[in-house]
Amino acid sequence: MDTSGITPHKRVMERAAGRGFWRSFRTATWLGWQIESNWTDPFLFAIYSFIKPISTAAILVVMYGIITQGNFESPIFTYMYLGNAFYIYVGAVMAGVSWAVIDDREHYKTLKYMYVAPINIPMYLCGRGVAKFIVGTISVLITIVFGMLFLHLRIELAEVKWPLFFLALIIGVFMLAMMGLILAGVTLLIAHHVWFLGEGVAGALYLFSGAIFPLEVLPPAIRWIGYVIPITYWLELLRRSLVGEVADAFPTLQNLSNEQILGILIGLTIIFTVLAIFVFRWAELRAKELGLIDMVTNY
Amino acid sequence: MSDRISALGQLRAKKATGFMLSIKTVIARAYPRVIGAQREKSWMFFDVFLPMLAVSAYVFVYRAINAPKEYIGFVVVGGAMTAFWLNVLWSMSSQLYWEKEQGNLSLYIMAPNSMMAILLGMALGGMLMTALRAAAILALGSLLFNVEYEVASFWQLFAVFLLTMVALYGMGMMSASLFLLLSREAWHLANLAQEPIYLVSGFYFPISSFSFWIAAGASLIPLTLGLDAMRQLVFPSGPALGFLTVNTEILLLVVLSVVFVLGARFLLVHLEKLAIREGRLTESRR
Repeated sequence: MDTSGITPHKRVMERAAGRGFWRSFRTATWLGWQIESNWTDPFLFAIYSFIKPISTAAILVVMYGIITQGNFESPIFTYMYLGNAFYIYVGAVMAGVSWAVIDDREHYKTLKYMYVAPINIPMYLCGRGVAKFIVGTISVLITIVFGMLFLHLRIELAEVKWPLFFLALIIGVFMLAMMGLILAGVTLLIAHHVWFLGEGVAGALYLFSGAIFPLEVLPPAIRWIGYVIPITYWLELLRRSLVGEVADAFPTLQNLSNEQILGILIGLTIIFTVLAIFVFRWAELRAKELGLIDMVTNY
Repeated sequence: MSDRISALGQLRAKKATGFMLSIKTVIARAYPRVIGAQREKSWMFFDVFLPMLAVSAYVFVYRAINAPKEYIGFVVVGGAMTAFWLNVLWSMSSQLYWEKEQGNLSLYIMAPNSMMAILLGMALGGMLMTALRAAAILALGSLLFNVEYEVASFWQLFAVFLLTMVALYGMGMMSASLFLLLSREAWHLANLAQEPIYLVSGFYFPISSFSFWIAAGASLIPLTLGLDAMRQLVFPSGPALGFLTVNTEILLLVVLSVVFVLGARFLLVHLEKLAIREGRLTESRR
């Protein structure tokens, strides 16, 4: 006799929900990959995937090279180059998750069908971001390898703190997906400027998170913004795990140990996760009330 | 009574043809770009805000590496000109693709006006609309980062700007014809042409930093020469960092203007026929 109070029916439903969770994610990942990649042949897709990030990195390299007469040994170069390389994930994951709403609602006009299908929508949206994460990972790798081969980017593979690197990377990607979910919620509610939302937020975070320059360069009145953004700590941890001495060169987070930064990153990630769950649920409910799920703005 | 009806009929039947029709088409297509865009004030905010973020980031990079002051000015001027590149890319080159997606393209083709006039209207309207945004970025960037200008010659500056616009939008009209044949890949290709052009055209640094042949190749994009000439004309240290002399760049811009506008006319006629023959004008492969 079952004394847990859970009926067999309920247990079956829970198992089904768990499977639905995973199925939504897996199917969305496949779908996202098809949308991202099958518009052209693999060769052109490969060029497309890395030419954009390499160009952005090259702009910084040329700017830096002109002013310093090619002194790529300096820690500021490593700081800038790695920050810019890993920032590719911000655009890919965060904007990727929220872009799925625009794509499905405005372009393919399928969002309403997603809502009547037996899937978990947040997991579906996160799954759609996976394809961009994969493309982003390839871009990050190419950018870093390019830097190591041609620009004296000093990463000693034997000295890299791999466990810290992978831990920071996983937490960071999860945090970015949660930020993407918040943006997806906002996107569900607005018609105007949804196209700019992901780009605008990613651009603002690029400026305030100290991705390509130490936060001290920012005017004091706006510098504090960088300290409340999890991306600042995430990028710092990635830099420290790959090139330890970069942390000593700049006073931004010099007084914090790796463990402290990791603690702050985890704390902020939890806050953003809770925020993402509530914001998305609220936005979804509001969008249903206002009849916005099947809205096509043609805006 | 019958005279009145006949007069009304004559009034209604009076149609613009030939040159007048083209002028009317140009104005009609430019109208939504100039007036329509002003009705949605929040567009202006995003059009200025997004480039300003990039401008600010690059300014702070130069500050972090202690660059000379004029480089901050180079970034602000380059940032203002990105508005034109984005406009050409998204609202000229890929415009016919959007029109196809929305079902307007076939109506354009069926209408008795020339497609060249439609493209010209799009270019003219886009140019005017973007000039307002570029001016806002320039003013805001100059104020925020204390950029000082010293104009060597207003006439040359005006000529360079005008020629750059003609050549750039001519190039946009030309690529719009090419995009006529594209489908899903149009969005990706336009997206691809953003950052690489910022790099090769020297939006954030002097183009003379590249080797001569790379800079010469990049000069096929009118903004490369236009930006270089404008920087030479508005910053005291500009000529020292210039790629070619201003007069040479003006001459090359004239050549580019003629080539791109004529190229646009030729390509449009050719590709419109091709698109009709292959049935691509109404296809929508999502």
